[in-house]
Amino acid sequence: MSNNVANTPEARLESLASSLKESFSAKGCEIMEHLSEVTMIVPREEFRSVVQSLRDLPQFSFEEMIDICGIDYSTYGQEEWQTKGAPNSGYGRGVENLSDLDADAEERFASVYHLLSITNNVRLRLRIMLNTACPEIESVNDLWPAANWFEREAFDLYGILYSGHPDLRRILTDYGFIGHPFRKDFPLEGYVEMRYDADKKRVIYEPVDIEPRTLVPRVIRNEGGSLPENQDKQDSVDA
Amino acid sequence: MPEIRNYTLNFGPQHPAAHGVLRLVLEMDGEVIVRSDPHIGLLHRATEKLAETKPYNQCLPYMDRLDYVSMMCNEHAYSLAVERLLGIEAPERAQYIRVMFDEITRILNHLMWIGTHALDVGAMTMFLYAFREREDLMDCYEAVSGARLHAAYYRPGGVYRDLPDVMPRVENNRFRNAAEVNRLNSNRGGSLLDFIEDFTQRFPTYVDEYETLLTDNRIWKQRTVGIAEVSPERAMALGFTGPMLRGSGVEWDLRKKQPYAVYDKVEFDIPVGVNGDCYDRYLVRMEEMRQSNCIIKQCVTWLRENSGPIMVDNHKFAPPSRKAMKEEMEGLIHHFKFFSEGYCPAPGEVYAAVEAPKGEFGVYAVSDGANKPYRLKLRAPGFAHIAAMDEMTKGHMLADVVAVIGTMDVVFGEIDR
Repeated sequence: MSNNVANTPEARLESLASSLKESFSAKGCEIMEHLSEVTMIVPREEFRSVVQSLRDLPQFSFEEMIDICGIDYSTYGQEEWQTKGAPNSGYGRGVENLSDLDADAEERFASVYHLLSITNNVRLRLRIMLNTACPEIESVNDLWPAANWFEREAFDLYGILYSGHPDLRRILTDYGFIGHPFRKDFPLEGYVEMRYDADKKRVIYEPVDIEPRTLVPRVIRNEGGSLPENQDKQDSVDA
Repeated sequence: MPEIRNYTLNFGPQHPAAHGVLRLVLEMDGEVIVRSDPHIGLLHRATEKLAETKPYNQCLPYMDRLDYVSMMCNEHAYSLAVERLLGIEAPERAQYIRVMFDEITRILNHLMWIGTHALDVGAMTMFLYAFREREDLMDCYEAVSGARLHAAYYRPGGVYRDLPDVMPRVENNRFRNAAEVNRLNSNRGGSLLDFIEDFTQRFPTYVDEYETLLTDNRIWKQRTVGIAEVSPERAMALGFTGPMLRGSGVEWDLRKKQPYAVYDKVEFDIPVGVNGDCYDRYLVRMEEMRQSNCIIKQCVTWLRENSGPIMVDNHKFAPPSRKAMKEEMEGLIHHFKFFSEGYCPAPGEVYAAVEAPKGEFGVYAVSDGANKPYRLKLRAPGFAHIAAMDEMTKGHMLADVVAVIGTMDVVFGEIDR
């Protein structure tokens, strides 16, 4: 596939997307193309068999696991500053976090994989939505040893469990850290702070004394990117 | 017969050869390493979480602080990611400036690497030589952005400002005598481009000097040849990128294979190793410095001949000029909106990767249509490299650990994020 197909990036993406559809549509995978990248959403039950073929079949041959990361989708699309109803009620200053956490959504977490094929010179993104109560997925450590630390990181920061991982320890946070800090319900300031206590002559942990504060509120406006026809409308509203 | 058993040795986190804050727990059998367990995260600042609370344009300076010896390459990856989300593209002149500074950054990084790597292995002089040249390049950073390290010079949509016409000159002070000031100012009479061109003419002879010191040096070869060999298949499976992958003989360079900016318009070669040991990776990086120098020359020529905008003209995504802000209603509104709220890319996700000096530095940004990233994941090349520490040091002697840390070119700003 690498040499006889036209070698522009678009042609490579096109041929990747079509062979993905051919091989995995039957397994319930959804293939999307956006911003010159291919994303495949894989059902959790099919995950192992899909990644195994992605690595081993010659038309895919994804030799490198570039990245694995977790995502917490529980506040996706939420604003801190209500702009729609504002003309009737007045604008808030947006200094408080209004986000209403959807912690019980059925699929709150996702594990995202970025694969790179050196032979075919293409990239692929896989997204697997995970069950909220038990965010667990099979480890791919045996297929790509590079996954080892990336999975440890996603476990540390999001609490995603990778079953079959040989050594699922925390990696980035402190020894004895409690909680998964990148979840949307974990405050930015954290819960504890650390200082050296001169009397006790050791390092102690105390509850944080920082007030959480939103400096720039999060707003959603339809401008920029792939929505050019809305921009004129937005201009008149802004001006 | 006394009982013989393995013992565990703690290395770091405050060891000078640990290149920052790496803690290694080594299980030793005599002087041979049985298992090594790197403990990272001592410099974890949760950059990705902080980025979720900042508008896109205010996240940029965090990127400098990731890999703090290749600042502008990180900015480049982030700018590319945001530009793709917004559907804009930097003007051509900005892209040439970016390529030129990417390569200046690569030389800066490799000089830092060769200095510290050689120092760890026992060659003190290299460190002094490498820092002599770094000084000139950091002056270029300073001339263009005002900062010697954390430049924040690339912005989504272009670069912060055009190259200065006058290279700042060194002033007299009590730490330098007049002769020294004159020597430093001898090549600072013209523009920044003149200064950079002068550097590119001098630099190949400097690389020759380094190679005279090291390449055939018996001690250097004893310490690096055959140490931490990685086969090409293994290097790919371990997620290696950049010189670590090329040192093993895989011809893979994003600047050639998936070109970004104007890398498809400049000529350069990709050096590739054969044996995949520390010595080959050393040779690869030395040649990369020469190639970078060659790219800088081409960019200087282009930038001299062509002028043009250095930032997109759409003031939704770039601040208006100072004059427009002061005199025009429209300019004032754009300025206020840009700095108080930023811009909102359409919902979507993007992964932008650049060939940073250490390997593939990637930015994965998820937008839900807000002015802040919903999730920003930074793919640091060093993270995958240091994850292979156990495999690379197994069976080697304790003294080889520092050679392996050196050859990986680890920087904890990016690994711990």
